[in-house]
Amino acid sequence: MKILVCISHVPDTTSKINFIDNNTKFDTSGVQFIIGPYDDYALARAIELKETSGAAVTVLNVGLAETEPTIRKALAIGADDAIRVNADPTDSFFVATQIAQNASGYDLILMGRESIDFNSGVVHAMVAEILGIPAVSPVMKLDIDGTKVKMEREIEGGKELVEASLPLVAGCQEPIAEWKIPNMRGIMSARTKPLKVVEPKAADGFVKGQKFELPPPKGAVQMIAADQVGELVAKLKNEAKVL
Amino acid sequence: MKTLVFVEQAEGKIKSTSLEAVCYAKLMGGEVTAVALGTVDATALGDVGRYGAVKILHASDAKLDHPVIQVFASVLIQAMEQEGCDNLVLANSSLGTPVAAKVAVRLSASFASNVVELPDTSSGFVVKRSIYTGKAFATVGMTATKKVITIKKNAAALKESGSPVSVTAFAPKLDDKDFNTKIVSTEKASTAISLPEADIVVSGGRGMKGPEHWAILEELAATLGAATGCSKPVSDMGWRPHHEHVGQTGVKVAPQLYIAVGISGAIQHLAGVNASKCIVVINKDADAPFFKAADYGIVGDAFEVVPKLTSALKAAK
Repeated sequence: MKILVCISHVPDTTSKINFIDNNTKFDTSGVQFIIGPYDDYALARAIELKETSGAAVTVLNVGLAETEPTIRKALAIGADDAIRVNADPTDSFFVATQIAQNASGYDLILMGRESIDFNSGVVHAMVAEILGIPAVSPVMKLDIDGTKVKMEREIEGGKELVEASLPLVAGCQEPIAEWKIPNMRGIMSARTKPLKVVEPKAADGFVKGQKFELPPPKGAVQMIAADQVGELVAKLKNEAKVL
Repeated sequence: MKTLVFVEQAEGKIKSTSLEAVCYAKLMGGEVTAVALGTVDATALGDVGRYGAVKILHASDAKLDHPVIQVFASVLIQAMEQEGCDNLVLANSSLGTPVAAKVAVRLSASFASNVVELPDTSSGFVVKRSIYTGKAFATVGMTATKKVITIKKNAAALKESGSPVSVTAFAPKLDDKDFNTKIVSTEKASTAISLPEADIVVSGGRGMKGPEHWAILEELAATLGAATGCSKPVSDMGWRPHHEHVGQTGVKVAPQLYIAVGISGAIQHLAGVNASKCIVVINKDADAPFFKAADYGIVGDAFEVVPKLTSALKAAK
């Protein structure tokens, strides 16, 4: 079985978000980039499937050369080889087109439920639409039985047990697998694993990014004494007007 | 301009987030048609007219009771074509968002999810969307004639502006090929209020010391008509189910009021709650970082403060 794991290259979850160039560009200074946390779950599940059933795992990222350390980390975690589509990931449709373009021959395409930078949460559905295969997201459990895939999908207030056939696209989230930390042997071997750079296919998502902004700063907290909960109730009612 | 709104149902009733989507479409201007799929309470569906829909389509085929994303996308496209709609508006959800994405690809439409306010049409069609898990916003121009938008909770206020409308039967073609996933079973919590839709959320963290102490939070939630949530460690330890986990990698909520009890306020938790209108933090530790993100704070023992708060709320009713 061949598994394609699509990873995003995103700011660490504790990053302070700032913009530069008149709010048109993300400020990368002092920011550490990581494999998207949801994508990391997808990768971990793929490596488990590799360990249990001998699947071959390829990672794919749509990004410029600066994402290569993130791709190498995925290789260190256990992926066999990698593809980098040499383009700035401008919108969901553009990214989905690049993934679909490089997905032939793969039985299972895994990725996170969403990237934590633009949060669209639709690339999996778009890839599946382009390829004409099923998509399921967010998947919390995924097992393969022949060509049948059994999944647990989270829904509002509960979960669904879903079945579909390979080939398939799944958007993953916890607790599908435990994150894996690369060991020294993995880090050494990652340096020489194949990383193929391919050029993008033109794709117009008919959206044009314009500007970024930060939310207005939060006002100071009002502290209330522990024995004055009545005061809190009054403030929620009359001041915040949320009751 | 004609806009179609997909209204989602839960146990036969129309979800409030979908009604917000109807209000949003109405405020965009032009004519709003709503469409519901599967078994739905007829009165509840007619009431969608109160929120601004002038026409309501209902495809009642029981095959649509278990939502298959591929099928719903095909059905919505048929509804758009039949009604001559260029725009599709939906509430963000585990069903609505992927369905919207498929529709957008098939129609070569512009697509934006997590939209937080009405479009600016002074020059083109520009929407504002939430990015970096609520830590920032991006304005995006949608350039295609056809547009698909999924909105975040509170993108438009829920406001009645019309009267009930009679429901028109809608019989889309269902293609067997589209049933490409099979829902074997569904497990749903018995509580009536779902977390992403709730106007008030009561959440507990490690400070609650164990799952056996959740009763006081549940009582507070019941008094407020709130949903219950939790922090990541709490769901990781199995004290509460994963679908209650609020945060960066869990559910993102946007209630009017968020009450956090015994949660220190790690940046990953804040990412899931920063769209809340008002945040109350109750924590034993005066240095808990959550207080910096709160509107009101109480330093105190949860096991004393929470029951007192519940009684005070009951008394104030």
